[in-house]
Amino acid sequence: MYLNLAHFGVLLALLAAVAPLPVRSINAGVRIAFALLGISGLTCAYAGGRVMLSGTSLDVVLPIGLPWLHSHQHLDPLGGFFLLLVGSVTAIVSLYGPNYLISNGADSASSHTLAVFTGLFIAGMYLVILAADAFSFMVAWELMSVASYFLVAHDHSQHENTRAAFIYLLMAQAGGLFILLGFGVLAGFGDNFTFSAMQSASLSPHWEHIAFGLAFIGFGMKAGIVPLHVWLPQAHPVAPSHISALMSGVMLKVAVYGFIRFCYDLVGTLHWQWGVIVLLAGCTSALLGVLYALMQHDLKRLLAYHSVENIGIIYMGLGLSFLFASNNLPALAALGLIAALYHCMNHALFKSLLFLGAGALIQQSGRHDLNHMGGLLRLMPITGICFLVGCISISALPPFNGFVSEWLTFQTALQGTVLESGVIKSMVAVAAAALALTGALAAACFVKVFGIAFLGQPRTEDMLSAREVSAGMKGSQVLLALSCLLLGIFPAPIINSMQAIPAALLGSGLKSIKTDTWLWLTPVSAHASSYAAPMVLFGICVAWLAAYGILHPRRRKIPVRFSPAWDCGFGPLEARTQYTASSFSQPIRRIFRPVWPIHENVTPATETAKGGRYSIHIGDWAWDKLYLPLGHLIQRSARIAARLQGGNIRTYLAYSFFTLIVMLWIVT
Amino acid sequence: MDIAVFTLAEQLILTLAALMLFTSFLLLAQTRLLTLIHIFALQGGLLCATTLLIAFTYGRHHLLISAALTLGLKVFFIPIQLQKLVTHLDIKREVEVVGNPTFIMLGGAALVLFSYYAVLPIRELSMLATRNTIAVSLAIILLGMLLIISRRKAVVQVVGFMCMENGLMFAAISATHGMPMVVEMGVALDVLVAAILFGIFFFQIRTEFGSLDVDKLNRLKEVD
Amino acid sequence: MSAWILAIVQTVLLLLLAPLLSGWVKWVKCKMQCRRGPAPWQPYRDLAKLMRKEVVLAEHASPLFRATPYLVFSVTALACSVVPAFTLGLPTAAMADVIVLVGFFALGRFFLSLAGMDIGTAFGGMGASREVTISSLAEPAMLLAIFTLSMTFASTNLNTMVHFTLTEPFQIHPSFIFSGLSLLLVATAECGRIPIDNPATHLELTMVHEAMILEYSGRHLALLEWASMLKMLIFGVLITNLFIPWGVAQTSGFIPCSVGALSMMAKLMGIGALLAVSESVLAKMRLFRAPEFLSLAFILSLLGMLSHVVLEVH
Repeated sequence: MYLNLAHFGVLLALLAAVAPLPVRSINAGVRIAFALLGISGLTCAYAGGRVMLSGTSLDVVLPIGLPWLHSHQHLDPLGGFFLLLVGSVTAIVSLYGPNYLISNGADSASSHTLAVFTGLFIAGMYLVILAADAFSFMVAWELMSVASYFLVAHDHSQHENTRAAFIYLLMAQAGGLFILLGFGVLAGFGDNFTFSAMQSASLSPHWEHIAFGLAFIGFGMKAGIVPLHVWLPQAHPVAPSHISALMSGVMLKVAVYGFIRFCYDLVGTLHWQWGVIVLLAGCTSALLGVLYALMQHDLKRLLAYHSVENIGIIYMGLGLSFLFASNNLPALAALGLIAALYHCMNHALFKSLLFLGAGALIQQSGRHDLNHMGGLLRLMPITGICFLVGCISISALPPFNGFVSEWLTFQTALQGTVLESGVIKSMVAVAAAALALTGALAAACFVKVFGIAFLGQPRTEDMLSAREVSAGMKGSQVLLALSCLLLGIFPAPIINSMQAIPAALLGSGLKSIKTDTWLWLTPVSAHASSYAAPMVLFGICVAWLAAYGILHPRRRKIPVRFSPAWDCGFGPLEARTQYTASSFSQPIRRIFRPVWPIHENVTPATETAKGGRYSIHIGDWAWDKLYLPLGHLIQRSARIAARLQGGNIRTYLAYSFFTLIVMLWIVT
Repeated sequence: MDIAVFTLAEQLILTLAALMLFTSFLLLAQTRLLTLIHIFALQGGLLCATTLLIAFTYGRHHLLISAALTLGLKVFFIPIQLQKLVTHLDIKREVEVVGNPTFIMLGGAALVLFSYYAVLPIRELSMLATRNTIAVSLAIILLGMLLIISRRKAVVQVVGFMCMENGLMFAAISATHGMPMVVEMGVALDVLVAAILFGIFFFQIRTEFGSLDVDKLNRLKEVD
Repeated sequence: MSAWILAIVQTVLLLLLAPLLSGWVKWVKCKMQCRRGPAPWQPYRDLAKLMRKEVVLAEHASPLFRATPYLVFSVTALACSVVPAFTLGLPTAAMADVIVLVGFFALGRFFLSLAGMDIGTAFGGMGASREVTISSLAEPAMLLAIFTLSMTFASTNLNTMVHFTLTEPFQIHPSFIFSGLSLLLVATAECGRIPIDNPATHLELTMVHEAMILEYSGRHLALLEWASMLKMLIFGVLITNLFIPWGVAQTSGFIPCSVGALSMMAKLMGIGALLAVSESVLAKMRLFRAPEFLSLAFILSLLGMLSHVVLEVH
């Protein structure tokens, strides 16, 4: 029944793609499309959630597809979790979308293209999760990639946008090719392309390593692992904000889903070498992602680099899970997997919240550079508070949700002491320290973002015309902020409901979670570590009320007086004396200097040109060291191969002549 | 966890091993010559303390002579000579480090891990409770070599060489409870002679080239 | 029920003791520098004075600016109930482990940095920027030290960790020595003491923590000052009870708890005197030498972890 419900959701998404086309009024068309998308999101979320709770799997074979390979569809707890994730974020974003597009002033052609491709994009994501054979998976994957290409290239009047979209499409196709090859390896050892055949196939370890390598690169390119991440910071700033929220919050998780399905389910046996590779890749992505994010001052580019960081954290959880699974410790492997999945859900929620808030900011202020913003909290209070919740969650601070998944990842890493190899133990310890550094740097970055965008004085006059956004946009942000708080306060019941996933994939759930408690989260044992989030929240509230009550006695309240800020006696302060985004992160730039390619330009003031100029540009080493040389290599070899085309007709005839002679010689 | 199987004396030996490793790291990070020499003297002192502890715990009284030798040479004589050399050559200024200090320290940590991995099979051969220290001794030797290749001042390279010798001594004492006396005397004499020769050579190099920066010796190559 | 009352008693006791520790450190420093300084209970008078004074706010302060002192104080007060100070029998200690404790301080620091940026002056931004840089560099050292300790204790629950050393026979762990040194260095950085930050400076360009709270006055400033004294107390209690726990009560009887309280105060006096000595001997480092200091802390905790893996596992 739930599988049919999920298919109904897919059909609704496809309907949302075509529904606005015959409608005459643009606004009505947009609203109808998003309403359909919202309902499809809710249906799929419901179906996925129920399947995840029940712990059973559902299969069906649809009569569409290739003649010898009909489309197999499968919904099990893992798929149910990701369907819940995709569906709920879609539903919330569809609350935001109509008002955002309408206030941006959509014209008919662009809004029709957006509607068509948004529907196709979301339908593609649902179908990837539901697919149970390689053909349906790849078709759905390509649908998702190509539809999102058109969404990224939506504002194609600017040249940089088309270039960014082209790079995105190129890397999506390259990644898809690797995934296809990975499926090919598995199918070669099984009977056919269905997932059940691949599960029962037995590969030699050599081929398992090859399949893993292909899947790691393919899914990693879509998920955004360093150095395969370069498309992320180019594509996200260019797309409309609700699309960036969907891409960053949801599409990257679909790639993680593909990777988990491939390794845990289809290949089956997990090797410790994979664990080391995934852990190191996750560590590097997390650290480099956050360091690059710190240096950005374009708000959406900064958020895109943070997605790289969070995918790194998810991969760290997965790597630890691989290490434990290969050492025959299924309960700890389950802990790692749960930590990674919880972080997937958390990231989907708070990253979407941040992108939606960024969209509201950019739309209201007309600027997308942090250095031009400031003082927006009093003009946009609800957006500001929700954005603050998103900032606290992504910085992994209690009692919100980001803290829970990072805490679980730390607990998994701390259990690494039961591993036998001392070298791997030390590596896990250093990885945990790198995770701590990442978390602290992420908090630094979001102090910068919130402090510069919302607090302080407005840095340009455009800020003064910003107003609070409309109800739909506000409501979606408030819903996401509330869900961040809920997932932070009640982690134990939620992890309880996820127990079926590791039980199915690894053969064991988390034995230590007591099934009747909502208060204590004890991932390993109460003796080892415990966290009671509701008590923490209660404690903070009690202490706050006590402090407030004691300091504000009814009989004699000490008054508050307002006066100008402290200016050291130099006179009235300007908005220009405030810290900018680049100056806030300057100490970190100086300390970690080798990490970025930095191009600084200083033109000192002269008598004729008063006021010096300072410009700084931070590139990306992956681009300079890996992709540009690769591009040049491809161009050089293409030029060499182009010598074949001499233009001389006698040369072409000579080619046919020699081919004929060779064929005759082979035949005889 | 498992440290409870060791007696208090053995735990102290392990602590002294860890402190010796720490002094090797301090040598890697230190830029001032005089402080380098003092840390080297401290390392010699720790080695002497380890020797004394093993001598009293296991009753190997010939190690007392070894301890006295270490104290005399490594803690007093050689550092004082080096200090006089440094003062006489007037090179108390800062030492330049090749490469990023953070990377060198992380490289040092990786070397410790590598030496742990390398001696895992050898560990099984020793019956003694202090066999864990073999990895530390190898690490001290490798860190001494890292000190030599990462610095440009010749005096620092001498200290690095002495540090390697400290590591060897430590391995001999903690893993096998001492070497035959003849070998020990020989090694001590070698080190002494090396220190004297280094001193003489430094004067000559300084007179010829005007500097003790070993990268300036590149001028000696045949082909231009 | 009595255990919860004991938890409240511990929180209130630590709240009341924090200014005394701060005053004691200053008194010892003055004695060492042959100055005639204030009495050790001067901070109580300072806090009481601030509570009575008028609050002066900058004209464009946002609600976040006014809420931050309460939030920072509540989070630090909650952290007081979590650390095992004089007894192990508290139920509140199970609500957060050592990593959650670090998270509490991070939450306080986040909001304090935001409050620094709120007014829109250069000083606040400077304080916030420096504070987040220094704390980012201190986190990996702290976590690696905790990791090393938990390798031996097999737990991050504070009660379990202290209980382990109390019940096991006396052992010398090389990894503990290094982790302890590293935690001392990290605590110096986190609490904003010399050589990272001078808490008694008046020059704005040398401030880190003070720059963020420059615009606060009256009861808000009192809450923030009290919170930073509490932070120093909590770090002191944590470090002494992790490494030298003898004296901490294991039950909730009156006599063991009193003995525990007295031993805690004695240990805090010792560590306060150590802090005063180091503040008199060292000078404040300029900002870009703080990374060297913190990488020393990181190398120490790395060495601690390596010496555990190499030396302590049989």
